[in-house]
Amino acid sequence: MRAQFVLSEISVGLRRNLTMTFAVIVSVALSLALAGGSLLAREQVSTMKGYWYDKVQVSVYLCNENDADSDPNCAKGAVTGQQKEQIRTDLEKLRVVDKVYHESADEAYKHYKEQFKDSPLADSLTPDQMQESYRVKLDDPTKYRVLQTAFSGRPGVQEVQDQRNLLENLFNLLNGMNIAALFVMGLMLVVALLLIVNTVRVSAFSRRRETGIMRLVGASSFYIQMPFILEAAIAGLIGAGFACVLLLGGKFFLIDSWLAEKIALINFIGWDAVFKVLPLLIAVGVLMPAVAAFFTLRKYLKV
Amino acid sequence: MIRFDSVSKSYPKQNRPALHDVSLDIERGEFVFLVGSSGSGKSTFLRLILREERASNGQVHVLGKDLARLSNWKVPQMRRQLGTVFQDFRLLANKTVGENVAFALEVIGKSRVQIRKTVPEVLDLVGLGGKDDRMPGELSGGEQQRVAIARAFANRPMLLIADEPTGNLDPQTSVGIMKLLDRINRTGTTVVMATHDQQIVDQMRKRVVELERGRLVRDQTRGVYGYQH
Repeated sequence: MRAQFVLSEISVGLRRNLTMTFAVIVSVALSLALAGGSLLAREQVSTMKGYWYDKVQVSVYLCNENDADSDPNCAKGAVTGQQKEQIRTDLEKLRVVDKVYHESADEAYKHYKEQFKDSPLADSLTPDQMQESYRVKLDDPTKYRVLQTAFSGRPGVQEVQDQRNLLENLFNLLNGMNIAALFVMGLMLVVALLLIVNTVRVSAFSRRRETGIMRLVGASSFYIQMPFILEAAIAGLIGAGFACVLLLGGKFFLIDSWLAEKIALINFIGWDAVFKVLPLLIAVGVLMPAVAAFFTLRKYLKV
Repeated sequence: MIRFDSVSKSYPKQNRPALHDVSLDIERGEFVFLVGSSGSGKSTFLRLILREERASNGQVHVLGKDLARLSNWKVPQMRRQLGTVFQDFRLLANKTVGENVAFALEVIGKSRVQIRKTVPEVLDLVGLGGKDDRMPGELSGGEQQRVAIARAFANRPMLLIADEPTGNLDPQTSVGIMKLLDRINRTGTTVVMATHDQQIVDQMRKRVVELERGRLVRDQTRGVYGYQH
């Protein structure tokens, strides 16, 4: 195979179909950027899960005197010292439990004051209104149900609350957005594929004289098809390049310079996660058009 | 060189087969005219030799190979041993004469050194020496056909297939082309030529094979275009 010949064929082909090539590049770039974005979003969710699940605990709130009137779970009045001890030993006996911390009403009050120090609400509460609680750290945060069935409704326990539930909503939202992104990506991918097929078809048609002669003089089908396949692959590669630039830009401008400044609480994905996705995008960006071109040619370029 | 064993070819959606039970032998070094009115099956006959089509029935052997059993990927290899010339020349208008010949060699993977040596040689042979840099559009029809013949012959094929090579040319130019084909034939290359040109066939006095409605109706050594009534 003469490289020079193939290269000149490719550049002629790409220039002849400039508008189609442009469409292919744009649609490949968009679909791959969406694909990369959704991969990164998934990565982000799992990073956040790891980060938060580490900190998140199950809280077993104990009844105080004030709850006796307002909450049927505490109808029998405040928790007794004996009940407290029993709950603690039972908690520690459970296999899923890693550690148990005790938070007294005073401590709860202090934390509350810290958290809402700028709010007028902070002054409206008194320490005796706060609840005592056990903060339980689990080996596996998903085993929360075990705790709930064992302790809710127990005398002295007001409520077993899994803080994970609050986060679940957020994660569900993120996952939903992720699925939507994947759906759009799928559509874009179909558009990109159709464009590639069409481009290759037009390209093969506009060069049917050349390919006809090539066939007659006995050029192998590999030789005849290679310029078309490389053409598609190069357009795909350029598209994938743009997709990579979009992702890197997104990471730099959207996450690092904007979101990370606004939301200090969340641990965002790092550059390593981005760099892991890029080779995948490039591989898909090159292979998908090449394979699509190959199968198109089998139909439109008979040997 | 070429052997047809009761070959039939029918195309889908056509009642009458394009070729019907044709048996024929063409030996090495022969010059054969293929005559018959339009639709008699000449083109199908040539397409079967080039394996652009496969026979529906019977066997086609070309250069000692049974084409029915030749797998697709080996077809290009076989075509390299054939040269083809057409009525419409089939030159690339955006390439020079030399590049047109070189193109045929490039796409079968010949080295640049080989191509640089072969192109002037074959152009000389067809009488276009020194016209390497001309564009096909600047040449007369006869000259363009010579370029096409140079391209077909560049690879020194054993067999040259010509489908009405003089169909677009005036009688005088046609004679020149026929002389060239005759010369190529004398180097040992088998030539099969489909034609409507009565004058040429009558002049050359070569073997004539006539097809009519898909059947072989005449096979005559040193024949003429049609029966003299």
